[in-house]
Amino acid sequence: MTIPDELRYTAEHEWVSISGSVASVGITDYAQQALGDVVYVSVPAPGSRVTAGEPCGEVESTKSVSDIYSPLDGEVTEVNGDLEDDPALVNTDPYGAGWLMRIRLDPDTDDSGLLAPGEYAALTKEAE
Amino acid sequence: MSTSEPGAADPAAGASGGATESAVPRATPLRAVHESLGASMTAFAGWLMPLRYRSETAEHQAVRNAAGLFDLSHMGEIAVTGPGAPAALDYALVGNMSALAPGRARYTMICAPDGGVLDDLIVYRLADAEYLLIPNAANTAVVAAALHERAAGHDAKVTDQTAEYALIAIQGPHAARILAPLTDISLDGVKYYASHRGTVAGRPVLLARTGYTGEDGFELFTAAADAEAVWTALAAAGAGDGLVPAGLAARDTLRLEAGMPLYGNELSAQVTPFDAGLGRVVVFDKPGDFVGRAALAERAQAPVRQVLAGLIGGSRRVPRHGYPVTWDGVSCGTVTSGAPSPTLAVPIAMAYLDPEAASRARDDTEGRLAVDVRGRPEPARITDLPFYHRPR
Repeated sequence: MTIPDELRYTAEHEWVSISGSVASVGITDYAQQALGDVVYVSVPAPGSRVTAGEPCGEVESTKSVSDIYSPLDGEVTEVNGDLEDDPALVNTDPYGAGWLMRIRLDPDTDDSGLLAPGEYAALTKEAE
Repeated sequence: MSTSEPGAADPAAGASGGATESAVPRATPLRAVHESLGASMTAFAGWLMPLRYRSETAEHQAVRNAAGLFDLSHMGEIAVTGPGAPAALDYALVGNMSALAPGRARYTMICAPDGGVLDDLIVYRLADAEYLLIPNAANTAVVAAALHERAAGHDAKVTDQTAEYALIAIQGPHAARILAPLTDISLDGVKYYASHRGTVAGRPVLLARTGYTGEDGFELFTAAADAEAVWTALAAAGAGDGLVPAGLAARDTLRLEAGMPLYGNELSAQVTPFDAGLGRVVVFDKPGDFVGRAALAERAQAPVRQVLAGLIGGSRRVPRHGYPVTWDGVSCGTVTSGAPSPTLAVPIAMAYLDPEAASRARDDTEGRLAVDVRGRPEPARITDLPFYHRPR
């Protein structure tokens, strides 16, 4: 299970990569392993408002359906269209080709609740 | 992300295995093998079991197209022996066990006095006075207790031998040809639902042509101490022939495609065999009384209360255990099991529907039948079970 150093995380197993005012979001390697084979991903359409801590999409796998929570406040600018035809990208490359969406962050969004890689690693160990 | 586990639809959730939730799960004799293969392990019905090794979809497809190797050592093994064993089982179970020929097996059920299903199980008759019953892991204790009680007064002994056995299944179109060179049993001579004693990889086994996948295949009962040798020999023999280890996740989608019920989903103490569309397992024409006879006889004559239907989802959203089924927006039933079907590449489900809705839904061309997927109606159509028939 990998937890890249350059990313930040949520307790709900999303990862976030912030570059300027834009955040890329996906689900973690831990999450995709727990879910099993992903068969369908639903994310908000570009232009949608998302709020930190609120559900904004769903991931269907063989065994379960899970909510995706927005890690931050902002507006969705782009979604990963490749997941429409190949949702298994979330399994094979959760931090790369399996990304979910990009969010233009509100200037006042609060990122202090995001976890550092070490904090997220500790959280996943507890869960085992 | 937070997962809503739809209870019994998920083998990992152990809905039918709540009895030991807080206890440390029991390990099967193959635990070290699974861990060395990198399996995701999960607590299921009180046992620590492999959920998947890599991709459950790939494991499922390997069983359909080549072969899969399963550890089913969580399943119970209860021996019922003695001259009174046939009569004791005729009384304890709904099937005609005294008529079962030695060397053959039968799918049957054990019911409560009110006709509710306590468990579904396979019964092997190994000899005139020797039977081996295979209850579900979650129900083994309940079944053993009921058998003890129901065998009283018969010259029969009930012994829970679960801890002494390992159970390994090899399932799929390549199963026979992978297994054949490892065994002294002529597999061509082993019919479906028959068992033979012999050896596999030099270890004594009870070999049965049974399974829960919809494919040809075998189940091998071995001594716990022999499990690793048998597993390793099969894995090596099948490595070049598409055999992969397969976990509970694949087992669940395989049985669902094959239209086979799962206790805790389609079956429970709240339904009779007739409600589940499995009234054929109840044999009224057998010697003596049996537990549940009066209630089941009444049920057999009564109007149908519910129909177990197959559903095919019309979107990519998956109907799951407990989701309501609606007709014109009005509830008409409940999904018992559902999953994305790896073989059909669409969501499939089994659901209990009220009979009128089920019959109307057969002629539905306007998309009036739907499954409420987390508050959104998703179109579904009704289909005959099973979803999958193996090519012959």
